[in-house]
Amino acid sequence: MQVSNNGQSSFTSKLMLYGGIAVVGLAAPLLFPAYQAQMAELWLFVVFALTWDLVGGQMGYNSFGNVVFVGVGMYACAVVQVGLYYEVSEYTDARGGGTEFVFDQGQYLTGLVAGLPVAALLAALFAVVLGALVLSLRGHYFAICTLGLGIAMGELASGWEWIGAGSGMTPAEPPRSMGNINRLHYYLAFGLAILTFCAIATLLRSRFALAINAIRDDEDKAEAMGMYTTRIKVTAWTCSALFLGAAGGIYGNLKRFIDPTETAFSGATIGVWMVLMAILGGKGTLWGPIIGAVVFQITKELTWTYILGWQRVALGVLIVAIVVFFPEGIMGRLKILFPERFGHRVETPDEAREEGR
Amino acid sequence: MTVLLKVNSVSKTFGGVVANRAVSMEVEKGTIVGLIGPNGSGKTTLFNSVVGYHPIDEGSIRFRAQEISHMRVPQIARLGLLRTFQQTRIYGGMDCVQNMLISRSMRKASFLELFHRQTGEGVERAENLLEFVGLYEKRRLLAGDLSFGQQKLLEFAMALMNEPEMLMLDEPTAGINPTLINGLIDRLKRANEEFGITLFVIEHNMRVIMNLAQRIYCLAHGEVLAEGLPDEIRNDKRVIDAYLGAH
Ligand SMILES: Nc1ncnc2c1ncn2[C@@H]1O[C@H](COP(=O)(O)OP(=O)(O)O)[C@@H](O)[C@H]1O
Ligand SMILES: [Mg+2]
Repeated sequence: MQVSNNGQSSFTSKLMLYGGIAVVGLAAPLLFPAYQAQMAELWLFVVFALTWDLVGGQMGYNSFGNVVFVGVGMYACAVVQVGLYYEVSEYTDARGGGTEFVFDQGQYLTGLVAGLPVAALLAALFAVVLGALVLSLRGHYFAICTLGLGIAMGELASGWEWIGAGSGMTPAEPPRSMGNINRLHYYLAFGLAILTFCAIATLLRSRFALAINAIRDDEDKAEAMGMYTTRIKVTAWTCSALFLGAAGGIYGNLKRFIDPTETAFSGATIGVWMVLMAILGGKGTLWGPIIGAVVFQITKELTWTYILGWQRVALGVLIVAIVVFFPEGIMGRLKILFPERFGHRVETPDEAREEGR
Repeated sequence: MTVLLKVNSVSKTFGGVVANRAVSMEVEKGTIVGLIGPNGSGKTTLFNSVVGYHPIDEGSIRFRAQEISHMRVPQIARLGLLRTFQQTRIYGGMDCVQNMLISRSMRKASFLELFHRQTGEGVERAENLLEFVGLYEKRRLLAGDLSFGQQKLLEFAMALMNEPEMLMLDEPTAGINPTLINGLIDRLKRANEEFGITLFVIEHNMRVIMNLAQRIYCLAHGEVLAEGLPDEIRNDKRVIDAYLGAH
C-alpha cells in the first residue's frame, strides 16, 4: 500500500519529501504571485482527487457525484459569509456586490472562519443522508445514480431564489484594503490540502483501510465475514465529503461567483476532472491522486487557452486515452515496474524462507 | 451433547423452483457433519438460508438456541457462524497477510476501533495460520495471483482467523489438486479437534465425506432423503439410487 520503510534512510527521505513540499508550498505564491489563483486551484484539485480516491479507488465505488459536496460547501460557505451581516434574500435579489453590501476586513475573515466549517459539516451531512440511500447500489448502478445526484442538485440550486437561483450568487467581496485576496485563498487551499493528506494517510494506516479494500475486492465476502459494509461505506463517503465541503467553500471564494450548474454542481468539469486526476495518477494509491492533480492542472493551464472552444473535446479524448491506454495510472505503472518498493512480492518462495520472520 | 445449529422445517422456493422443502437438520457442538446430494439438490441454498443470505419462506433456524432466520448476514457471522463459498471468495487485490488481518473477528470491538492505527497485532497469528494451511511462503503475494486451490486454502485460513464457533464449508475440495486433498482433510479434522470448531461440510466427493464426517445428511430434490452414520449412508439404497440416477 505504501512505500516500504527501511528504517533510518526511509525516514530521512520522507522528511526531505515532506519538508520540500512544505517549502515549495509556502514559497510558491511569493515567487510566482501572478499564478496564485491557479496554484490555489491546484491544491483544491489535490483535495478533490485525494477524497475521490478514498471512495473510488480504495473502496472501488466510482462516484461521479462527489461534486455535490463541493457545491453544497460552496453555497453553504457563501450563505454564512453573507448571512452573518445581511439578509441573504436581499443580497441575492440585488445580485450581491453594489454599495449596499460591503464587508470590512474583520467581517470577511469572520465569514470565512465560520463559513468553512459549516460548509464541511453540511456536506458531510449530505453524504450521510445520500450515502444511506445510494451506497446500497453496486457497480455501474451506483456510478450512474451519483451522476444523477449531481445533475439533480444543480437543478435544485437553479430553482432556489434564496440563493440566487439560475443567476447564481457572489460570495462576500473582500475589501480593497486586503490587497490581492488570492494569496489568502492560496494558503487556505494549501492548508486544507495538507490537512486532507494527513487525514487520509492516517486513515490508510488503520484497519479501516483494509476494510474498504476488502469491500472493493469482494463486498459479499466482507459481509459474510461479519463486516457491516453499509456503515463503513457511508463513513468513507462522509470523510470525503467533509474535506470536499471545505474545498468547495474556498473554491467559491476563489472563483468569486457561484453559478449553480457551471461552478457549483458542475459534473462536466470538476466532477469529471477529479475522477480523471485520480485515475491518471493511479487509483487506490496515496500519492497517485496528488501526482494526477499536479499533472492535470499544469497541463490544463498550459493548453487550455490555446484550444479555446475545444476544451471539452480535448478532455473527452484525454479520458478515453487514459482509460484505454493507461488505466493503472502513473503510480500503478510504478507499482508494476517496482513491486518490491510497494511491499508486494511477485514470486519468491525460497527468498521468503531464508529471510525468516 | 448440545445442539449448536437446529434447522427446522425450512422451505425455500425461487419462483416455481422448490430448492428446499421442509428441511430439518441438527448439528451438535464439536462434531463434523456432512451434507451430500446430487447437483441442484439444494445444498448451497440451505447454507445460504442459514447464514442469512436470503430470507426463508417457512421454518425456523436456531443457532445456540437463538432464532437467526430473520437476521442479516454480518449479524449472523458475528455470532460465530461462518461460511465459505463454493466459488471461493478472497480479497484479490490484497496480499495474503492483509486478507488474514481483515478477517480477524471484531465481535467484541466497537465501530470506532476500525480507526485505530494498525499494530503488529494479529500478524503472528495470521502467519501461523498461513503456515497451517501451507501458504506461509506466499504470504506477501496478492491473493488474486494465487492458484484456485491456494485461494481455497486461503479462504479456509481466513475463516479460522475469524475464530468461528461453527464453520460451514461449501465443497472445500472442489477444484483442488487430488494430491492435496488428503492434506486438506487432515487440516479440517485438526481445525475441529485442536481449535474446537464445529464443521458443517457440503461435499461432492464421497470418499472425502465418508472419511471426514461423523454424521451425514443427504438431500435430493430439496428434501432430506436420508441421515445417519457414514456407513449407514454408504449402504443406503435410496442414497445410492439418487446418486446413480443423477449421474
Ligand atoms: N438465486 C437463485 N435463483 C433461482 N434459483 C436458484 C437460486 N439458487 C439456487 N437456485 C435453484 O435451486 C436449486 C438448488 O440449487 P443449489 O442449492 O445451488 O444446489 P446444490 O448446491 O445442491 O448443487 C437449483 O435448481 C437451482 O437452480
Ligand atoms: Mg452448491
